[in-house]
Amino acid sequence: MQAEEKLTYETWPAAPERATLEAKNKFLGFWLFLGGETVLFSSLFATYLALKDKVPDTSQPLAKDLFELPLTLVATMLLLTSSLTSVYAMYHMKNFAFKKMMLWLGVTVLLGLGFLGLEVYEFNMYVHEGHKFTSSAFGSAFYSLVGFHGAHVTFGLGWILALMIRNYKRGLNLYNAPKFYVASLYWHFIDVVWVFIFTVVYLMGMVG
Amino acid sequence: MSTIAQKKGFGAVLWDYLTTVDHKKIAHLYLIAGGLFFIMGGIEAVLIRIQLAVPNNDFVSAGAFNEIITMHGTTMIFLAAMPLLFAFMNAVMPLQIGARDVAFPFVNALGFWLFFFGGLFLNLSWFLGGAPDAGWTSYASLSLHSKGHGIDFYVLGLQIAGLGTLIGGINFLVTIINMRAPGMTYMRMPLFTWTTFVASAMILFAFPPLTVGLTLMMFDRLFGANFFDVTMGGNTIIWEHLFWVFGHPEVYILILPAFGIFSEIFSTFSRKRLFGYSSMVFATVLIGFLGFMVWAHHMFTTGLGPVANAIFAVATMAIGVPTGIKIFNWLFTMWGGSVKFTTPMYYAFAFIPSFVMGGVTGVMVATAAADYQYHDTYFVVAHFHYVIVGGVVLALLAGTHYWWPKMFGTMLNETLGKITFWLFFIGFHLTFFIQHFLGLWGMPRRVFTFLPGQGLDAGNLISSVGAAFMSAGVMILLINIVVTQVKNVKVGNDPWGDGRTLEWAIASPPPYYNFKQLPLVRGLDAYWLEKMEGKKGMTPAEPIGDIHMPNSSFIPFMITLGLFIAAFGAMYHVNDKPWAIPLLIFGLAVTFGSMLVRSFKDDHGYHIHKEELTQDEKGAKA
Ligand SMILES: [Cu+2]
Repeated sequence: MQAEEKLTYETWPAAPERATLEAKNKFLGFWLFLGGETVLFSSLFATYLALKDKVPDTSQPLAKDLFELPLTLVATMLLLTSSLTSVYAMYHMKNFAFKKMMLWLGVTVLLGLGFLGLEVYEFNMYVHEGHKFTSSAFGSAFYSLVGFHGAHVTFGLGWILALMIRNYKRGLNLYNAPKFYVASLYWHFIDVVWVFIFTVVYLMGMVG
Repeated sequence: MSTIAQKKGFGAVLWDYLTTVDHKKIAHLYLIAGGLFFIMGGIEAVLIRIQLAVPNNDFVSAGAFNEIITMHGTTMIFLAAMPLLFAFMNAVMPLQIGARDVAFPFVNALGFWLFFFGGLFLNLSWFLGGAPDAGWTSYASLSLHSKGHGIDFYVLGLQIAGLGTLIGGINFLVTIINMRAPGMTYMRMPLFTWTTFVASAMILFAFPPLTVGLTLMMFDRLFGANFFDVTMGGNTIIWEHLFWVFGHPEVYILILPAFGIFSEIFSTFSRKRLFGYSSMVFATVLIGFLGFMVWAHHMFTTGLGPVANAIFAVATMAIGVPTGIKIFNWLFTMWGGSVKFTTPMYYAFAFIPSFVMGGVTGVMVATAAADYQYHDTYFVVAHFHYVIVGGVVLALLAGTHYWWPKMFGTMLNETLGKITFWLFFIGFHLTFFIQHFLGLWGMPRRVFTFLPGQGLDAGNLISSVGAAFMSAGVMILLINIVVTQVKNVKVGNDPWGDGRTLEWAIASPPPYYNFKQLPLVRGLDAYWLEKMEGKKGMTPAEPIGDIHMPNSSFIPFMITLGLFIAAFGAMYHVNDKPWAIPLLIFGLAVTFGSMLVRSFKDDHGYHIHKEELTQDEKGAKA
């Protein structure tokens, strides 16, 4: 099958994300890339665990003084829901329902923006409580781990938005279907990383 | 479009190479850039040996010596050995599996430019206030206190170059998994392809820890973070772990492809199937796996405790088993073969005892208790030069002679090749053998001078004389290259006459689409099988048809240029330069903007039509 072909609902393949050789390569390459990203975040998690609550003096806040469940729980729910909506988007992509796919991608982006807003609010709050990037090793490790994730969310949002704008007028074909698919894979990965951050940083942080 | 080379102006050739996405041209770029960095690292080595030739020498200052040893190690590992291996991987691996290109030609070009600009950035440190001086391992306790921007050049330069290596690794993995010709099963892949595969998988999992380590170091030095600052709650050991979690696998990332090169050479010039092919594959995978669980053997004296030391010591020694399997398989490949002593075979033959010596001292330094004595002495310097030079560099020189005709269509002179070999081989053992004893006699690593009358004078002088021999060998190789290219005598498909794998089934250098028809692979040593049945070439697996090709692109260069500019911004931001942050933002904007252009502009590539392919053939015959 050719990437440029104009397709209809009837001729649209069952797995459009792997229908051409280019798409197959992209699909596999991206999974491998996520493997590398997993190691990247593992290293950051290990660093965080080694430096958790390591502060120069007692005036600095520790994890148990900082984190609050309601705020992070809302953020977690937003991001988890956005993963679900991106699944809906891919479901419609496989059914050649371009408009519906765009709609659900739009919802995904909005939820992601909500998450990002909460994160900015949260970071701002911590800084006012004296927990800064430069104030302690704990601060450096916390903002690096959570901030790296935040940067991934930002990049993911930019990516999905760029795909939506670029393909707004032309609909689905086998050239852009793998692109949408891979972007949604990325979004799921970010979500999985957040589940670990929520557990390791926030839940384990609150129990001390 | 014709495959017959047309005379082009310098500008056109330059533009061609700046925008190319062809794996064969990218291989040329890797070979040239890696070769230049190899010469720079070699000059640094010579400076080290001049300084240490006699006691109390003041050829260079102590500070300059630290910069030179740091740049020698960093350059040789990251900017010479890796890219030179990548040159062969790019030139040969796609041909060996019968592919028309790699899976991601665009990413392939991007990987090269990232490596090149990273290396350029690192080396600009010489002109911009001084090179890094905390050793190639750049331990945080040293590097945080290093004045000037040397360490920042190291951190940012390696970050950029490392990204290139990472995406290169992913590209090779996907290529090998998805792009093999019909009939090329995994267990029919040549050993060089197998080792490329395993080394690429190791790159994928070993480089991210380095990325993180370098990022943390950058945050500490340039953005006020405290990861390694003990007074702020930090921990300097974290750097050591992150560095060696990368650093040890890196050693195998280098040596496995070297094993692959030698496996091809042994089998070709013994004119015999590689002995124990499946056990070779098994040993390669096992080494790749074990390579990830031994990193702390570099940290025996850090104080991780006897239990950790014991576990890492045993794991390290276990690697000796698959490596031993390989050594015996190479010996048995030659056994009963009809061995032809060409230049590549000289290197392969010399590699076995040289590398085994490095392996033996490897088991010695892996013994944790004894390592307290060897640690940070010249014994360790001797050990790792025996594995890296005796293994990797010999393989690179062998590979250069072996695949030169395939990459450039000309044959290097065999006599000059053998002279290079003898000079280099003698020089290598002269330089490093005595260093084992210098270490045992108490000479510490990384000292810029030593006192007379301590029993170290003669040993150091011998070592320095050896360095002169190695330099002479490399110079002869350069002369050989120039002479060969000036004479420009073209060779055929299989210039050694004994080629076994698919790269020898097509023209030297291959046409830009590699295979007019994808070959049908009927077993291991696919081309040899066909030759033994009296056929001239491979049986095609498809009729002649249109070939899909990727378009050239300048975007990889631009993406990298942006990062290169951004790195300067990040670095000078600590000096409170008002233009630093804007420069950083501008650089990142160039990078992300270029990525956006790539995303927005459809690139479907183009097709070579079947009529052109058949015309080419007529043209070549006429
Ligand atoms: Cu090691």
